[in-house]
Amino acid sequence: MALINPKKREVQVKIVYYGPGRGGKTTNLEYINRKFKKRILNEMVTVKTYGDRTLFFDFLPFDIGEIKGHSIKIQLYTVPGQVKYNATRRLVLRGVDGIVFVADSMDLRREMNIRSLQNLKENLEAFSKNIFNIPLVMQYNKRDLADEGIPILSEETLQKDLNSRLNAPYFPASAIRGDNVAATMKKIIALTVSSLRKKLQ
Amino acid sequence: MDFTIDFTKEQIESIEDVLQQELIDLGVQSVILMDLAGNVIVNLDNGHANHDVFSLAALAAGNYGAVSAMANIIGEQEFSLLFHKGEKESIHFSKVVEDLLLLTIFNRDVSLGFLRLKVAEAIKRIQTLI
Repeated sequence: MALINPKKREVQVKIVYYGPGRGGKTTNLEYINRKFKKRILNEMVTVKTYGDRTLFFDFLPFDIGEIKGHSIKIQLYTVPGQVKYNATRRLVLRGVDGIVFVADSMDLRREMNIRSLQNLKENLEAFSKNIFNIPLVMQYNKRDLADEGIPILSEETLQKDLNSRLNAPYFPASAIRGDNVAATMKKIIALTVSSLRKKLQ
Repeated sequence: MDFTIDFTKEQIESIEDVLQQELIDLGVQSVILMDLAGNVIVNLDNGHANHDVFSLAALAAGNYGAVSAMANIIGEQEFSLLFHKGEKESIHFSKVVEDLLLLTIFNRDVSLGFLRLKVAEAIKRIQTLI
């Protein structure tokens, strides 16, 4: 849930990057952290295990200016993608306002993407939220692998597998190069914040 | 978007008064009232603390959730009170109501026993305000 502080005229909005393990969620946040350094007052927080995998989450607070006299604080989180960390994934989803689903374009990861999306749907249901009603943006990451001759899934296949019913806005992207990372973030912020406007007097 | 906890300006001011009187005046460094999504609702400090409260709240929410999951494994509903002791600074967590946590950061000048007493009093007063 977004939290409004009427005294400080401040709104905190929680956006979670979700998706299969090693799909590039943390890389998205790292790119944003570098690219928008001036707007980010605090260090990115990251809880990792040995081997540099996300154990708990990454966290990046981000100011986007004012809407109707309220300063908007966007809080970007990632979840750990590995299957075994479902309990922590669910914790991070508590109070989520908007979601970016980072799918891995690698041919080999097709099944993992589908399973992770199903897992997202189930975890949202645990908080009585419906994947069809929450602001959601799809990102098809690692498009750059095609240049290295690694087989990747076509956008059409990814759309059919993941987005045929959801019809969410989607972006082909390369988090490592920064392609469409900012566009993905701007889209999810726009979708999430638009529902705030009515609430703010 | 759902807004499950809405506070009025007056409520926030009353909560700030309670935290100031019960905890900051006692000598604690800073207090954060937060929800379990990791949002900061109220933050007060003694003027000398310079903590990154938003990151602290995000991690505290995760920590509290993880410890609650541990509680479930051993057959407890939750551990409603947590305490992390450092060499100079320590953190005390206490549940206020469902979904709300109070974090208190204090140094060696404040005794844990007295702090726990004051936190309990502050929580009792806050519960009447929300």
